[in-house]
Amino acid sequence: VCIHRVRSCSSIRVIKSKYVCVFDKSALKFSHQQRLFRTSAVSCGQIVQFKLSDIGEGITEVTVKEWYIKEGDSVSQFDSICEVQSDKASVTITSRYDGVIRKLHYSIDDIAFVGKPLVDIEIDASKGVASEEDVVETPPMSHEEHTHQEIKGHKTLATPAVRRLAMENNIKLSEVVGTGKDNRILKEDILNYLAKQTGAILPPSPKAEIVSPLPRSETVAAAPKDKARKIPVPVSRPIVFSGKDKTEPVTGFQKAMVKTMSAALKIPHFGYCDEIDLTQLVQLREELKPLAETRGVKLSFMPFFIKAASLGLLQYPILNASLDENCQNVTYKASHNIGVAMDTEQGLIVPNVKNVQVCSVFDIAAELNRLQSLGSAGQLGTSDLTGGTFTLSNIGTIGGTYAKPVILPPEVAIGALGKIQVVPRFNGKGEVFKAQIMNVSWSADHRIIDGATMARFSNLWKSYVENPASMLLDLK
Amino acid sequence: MVLRPSLKNCLWLSCVLRTPKAGFKSTACGALIIQSVSNDVYQNLAVEDWIHDHMDLEKKQVLFLWRNSPAVVIGRHQNPWQECNLRLLRQKNIKLARRRSGGGTVYHDLGNINLTFFTTRKKYERMENLKLVVKALKALRPQLDIHVTDRYDILLDRHYKISGTAAKLGGTSAYHHCTLLCNADKFVLSSVLKSPYKGLKSNATPSVPASVKNLFEEDPTLTSEMLLDAIAKEYATQHQIDHHITLINPADETLLPGINNKTKELQTWEWVYGKTPKFSVSTCLNMAYKDSVLDVKVNMDVKHGRIEVCNIDLPEQWLPPALHSELVKSLTGSKFCPNETTTLATTLLRVCPHDDELHSRWNLLCENMIMLM
Repeated sequence: VCIHRVRSCSSIRVIKSKYVCVFDKSALKFSHQQRLFRTSAVSCGQIVQFKLSDIGEGITEVTVKEWYIKEGDSVSQFDSICEVQSDKASVTITSRYDGVIRKLHYSIDDIAFVGKPLVDIEIDASKGVASEEDVVETPPMSHEEHTHQEIKGHKTLATPAVRRLAMENNIKLSEVVGTGKDNRILKEDILNYLAKQTGAILPPSPKAEIVSPLPRSETVAAAPKDKARKIPVPVSRPIVFSGKDKTEPVTGFQKAMVKTMSAALKIPHFGYCDEIDLTQLVQLREELKPLAETRGVKLSFMPFFIKAASLGLLQYPILNASLDENCQNVTYKASHNIGVAMDTEQGLIVPNVKNVQVCSVFDIAAELNRLQSLGSAGQLGTSDLTGGTFTLSNIGTIGGTYAKPVILPPEVAIGALGKIQVVPRFNGKGEVFKAQIMNVSWSADHRIIDGATMARFSNLWKSYVENPASMLLDLK
Repeated sequence: MVLRPSLKNCLWLSCVLRTPKAGFKSTACGALIIQSVSNDVYQNLAVEDWIHDHMDLEKKQVLFLWRNSPAVVIGRHQNPWQECNLRLLRQKNIKLARRRSGGGTVYHDLGNINLTFFTTRKKYERMENLKLVVKALKALRPQLDIHVTDRYDILLDRHYKISGTAAKLGGTSAYHHCTLLCNADKFVLSSVLKSPYKGLKSNATPSVPASVKNLFEEDPTLTSEMLLDAIAKEYATQHQIDHHITLINPADETLLPGINNKTKELQTWEWVYGKTPKFSVSTCLNMAYKDSVLDVKVNMDVKHGRIEVCNIDLPEQWLPPALHSELVKSLTGSKFCPNETTTLATTLLRVCPHDDELHSRWNLLCENMIMLM
């Protein structure tokens, strides 16, 4: 049943190969041994044609639907090679060999035939192959009928993964002291044994960690239970960092953001920050929250901030303007479409509340609820996301105090709100009281907005927010 | 039927699931019947994955019973745009899932029951499983005219499909699962399984539409619970085990280590949409603008759910050429997804010249493009 075509490069190797073949045949009899020998021969690999195995139910042909590997890839035994489909059944074909893929016999959507070659794999000459006799590949572990193994009349308890580790390192389980439950041998016991033997610190075998191709093992479940019982023997392992850099193209929405932010960079940003005492607003909101809830609306602080901003914009309309590309004309926008920066799975999106100048605080709250639920469902429409004239970013909900927000073109101003902190402050009488303080950081386009304008707008906004009753005087 | 959701049973089950070779005195070896306490399609599909990957089915076969809250489930190699009305799904908050087995698209709700038969690959036998189901149903209601077709469907009254089948085969294990319509919402079923998307060309597995009927319509005294019980009973008889169903919680990480990762993976965009075989969209947008109707030819190639190639044939100068090419460049490589396109288009608008006419044309074009997704 051997179908190896041994390619030998020298006469010396011919002799070695003969030995290889001899060992191979006997190896085939034990279906659960792989690496019986480690020759140091240069891998003059044998190309093995891996045939499509029987699907069952008398099916003779399947359609190739997806390749998980390509020519030149290395594969290990039990790695997935491809997905084929036949009559409502989807089949994952896994590799029987360790080696390198040399040829794919089919393309996507081709019809593949059972019993005919699927891929050519170049296998390392020094490694044995799993039995050809099995029509269906079986991982070696499942052939073991028991997790117990009788050695010298004793039952040695060890999971298949631990056994494999021992086998790979040529350790007899009977010589290892088990520290697990019922003297079960654990991975740590093997490592300890090895450390004592070689005097060196060895990293754990990476194969022992793989869960998917070795599904029958109890390692995953047994480990936490046993860890509680064994005497902790710290095995220091060298920290092996196997992370790799990952490069991805910048696409779609991210690409658009790159363009926007690059354009924003051209705007000279003037920053202005201040501290806002929200003590009164906190109280007001507590009172109004239940009332809003009876009307089906969740009331946060944002509707107040947004309305106050709009009242401020009525006095300083230049902050609600837009500068054209050539900086020739400034357009004062009539509508206050105030954008609210939202953090979603995709990233930063900024839907806006339209015409805040004619909305009540309650209207704004209701609209925010609507935008927030659409935003989290990923269903915001184009009209919600366009037409903004001014933006507020509530970065404080995530954290932070002061920020340096970036203006979103074609707007000319933006405000970032930090988190609310409880800190001591002095009141008019010189007494210390508990104040709810939030920091606001404004950025404005310094080409058309000067510092004084920004400061005055900020002061006005601050006065509305610190003393919500004063908003009543100017509400339209 | 005996349901034992006690803690003791959970421990017993965890032992069974993890050390299948140890013998148990209470039930004979051979088989196990489990039922999910969850109606979340992703969690339940994850359980199937888990059993497929982690259980040794040599000694013990498994029957898994589950039901889902409204969801559309497409086959491994299918194209969701071709199979269902994604817009309607989003509106109605119906979930979309891609299973790992092959076959066609189905609609699940609590009026539909799902049965999964887990065996080794050698014992994979769909016809036997379906015959078991028919036998169970006939034992419950002998007057039912039901039979299994050679396409592995179960038909009622020779005409109406009440069950569809799909299967997954892996290294050593296999599973065959099927649906069974007891009392599903046929109106929603037919409306969500109708794709409005035109101009799609793909080699994805197409579904074969069929007239369906609920068993409830044939006999109003039937309920999903009765059907589940009857099938469990028949399975127990045939496998010579106690007729009792063990409840499992698909969120239980201790019982099913690694299950939450599997659940998460099934919900990722990369799995649900990204695994769509390569397809192309070739259609004509009829955009009503001012007093005329514009015909805009659109051609897109979509691979792994992303737009690989994009061509939009606009009347000359309708949009400034720079803007037109900017849109096409941005769409290329982007997900074939309405949300992605919306945010992309609206973000790009920020760097467009300020011109109301221009903005309204841009929005019109983008909205039409979004409708294709």
